Amino acid sequence: MKRYSAFAVAREALRYHTGWERAWRSPEPKRHYDVIIVGAGGHGLATAYYLGKNFGITNVAIIEKGWLGGGNTGRNTTIIRSNYLQDPSAAIYEKARSLYETMSQDLNYNVMFSPRGVIMLAQTEHEIRGYKRTAHANALQGVQTEWISPERVKEIVPIINLHGPRYPVLGGLWQERGGTARHDAVAWGYARACSDMGMDIIQQCEVTGVRTEGGRVAGVETTKGPIDCDKLGMVVAGNASHLSEMAGFRLPMESVALQALVSEPIKPCMDVVVMANTVHGYMSQSDKGEMVIGGGTDAANNYTQRGSFHHIEETVRALVETFPMVSRLKMLRQWGGIVDVTGDRSPLISKTPVGNCFINAGWGTGGFKAIPGSGWAMAELMATGHSPLTEEFTIDRFKEGKFIDESVAAGVAH
Amino acid sequence: MLILECPYCGVKAEETELGAGGEAHLKRYGPGSDDDQFHDYLFMRENPKGVHFERWRHANGCGKWFHAARCTMTMEVFGTYAAQTTEPPQEIKDKITAKRPGWSWREFSDAAE
Repeated sequence: MKRYSAFAVAREALRYHTGWERAWRSPEPKRHYDVIIVGAGGHGLATAYYLGKNFGITNVAIIEKGWLGGGNTGRNTTIIRSNYLQDPSAAIYEKARSLYETMSQDLNYNVMFSPRGVIMLAQTEHEIRGYKRTAHANALQGVQTEWISPERVKEIVPIINLHGPRYPVLGGLWQERGGTARHDAVAWGYARACSDMGMDIIQQCEVTGVRTEGGRVAGVETTKGPIDCDKLGMVVAGNASHLSEMAGFRLPMESVALQALVSEPIKPCMDVVVMANTVHGYMSQSDKGEMVIGGGTDAANNYTQRGSFHHIEETVRALVETFPMVSRLKMLRQWGGIVDVTGDRSPLISKTPVGNCFINAGWGTGGFKAIPGSGWAMAELMATGHSPLTEEFTIDRFKEGKFIDESVAAGVAH
Repeated sequence: MLILECPYCGVKAEETELGAGGEAHLKRYGPGSDDDQFHDYLFMRENPKGVHFERWRHANGCGKWFHAARCTMTMEVFGTYAAQTTEPPQEIKDKITAKRPGWSWREFSDAAE
């Protein structure tokens, strides 16, 4: 792999950019791999990357039914934060956030990580208490967050309306080291690094069955023929229930649509991410100038990657009252992704009833921020059978009553 | 936009008039049930890609709960029926079979006994 650098740009400029090579290979599948990862989204590619980097396992295939990074990795609103209430969540999200800080250097790929700061607005007395509690919990967890006054919120976000028609802004939970990154670049950077380590990324190859022998996984049936493996990682977000059914077990989750939309590009007006959870909307400004907007999930099960119109209306209404200038914006695009939501709104990173078959799913509405931490932990779990970061995120936790309840702390969009 | 006909008052209600109540025909086990049964009742969900049965409430209408048969892949509605039943009526099953030959769902609670 040729390294990307300022020198490389200068060199290619002098020869009409004829020297750039493909970022990753598109090989035909081999008959056998040590590890197969199903799903070439951020989490799947990150899992493969850390299997190679941290554990030297490179005989790996990443199988993708569509195109690389075309699912939720390319459909989210790119927000990165780790201000969670529960210890296991804070640990894995903070691991992810810290890996984002050095990801561009690590992958030699510019993922445009921008630690611009994330504010979660408190607009009710209940939220004030909730966020102060989260700030205290974060202090104990080593996650840097702070409770800020409405005046400080206005200072950071001049376009905000503190005295909205329904809910005043009473303060906020401020994570200065949170921010955004370029979502496609995260997938592309990991893919390039995986391919460079000799891993095979096989796109447009759908898994149609999971083969087991004596209670252990033996391989998968795909639209490009059967492929054997010693270990299988299922990292397919919204389709996890469908895939686990092929392997013969069920999951405690449901798949629903989550939508996002962007406005026309405008001049820079807001250099942080703002989440308004009571009125149900969040917004940031992309480097292109578009206002990137998200809201809540639909209520009913859905696999169509489309959302419903009344949720867009709800989200935009929330933002108009929080940021009056939004009323003058034209919206350019709207899209949906299928998110998998568990009973306690926390993910599953776990062994499964099938031997050597592992699952990483249930990230619900907030998976992008977790990509590097999730991949790091999943790789450790798959390689060694144990990871301190995944200990609490088992499928069995519901039976034990050991929930990691983030339905309040995780903020908007549940 | 999702439109469901309320089987009680006959109103064709669109989504904002309705409240979603999750998977239908979950069986709540009685005294003597084991941990697995109760775990499945509380947390396990069918989450099918295709034919699905759900509970809905005509919240901004007659206020009653009813059931709907729907496809999660196409958003097609096969029909709605009263909530006082442990499995879909034959008429609904026939409608689904006509459109999705060979469809299956988990065993209905009565059939499982």
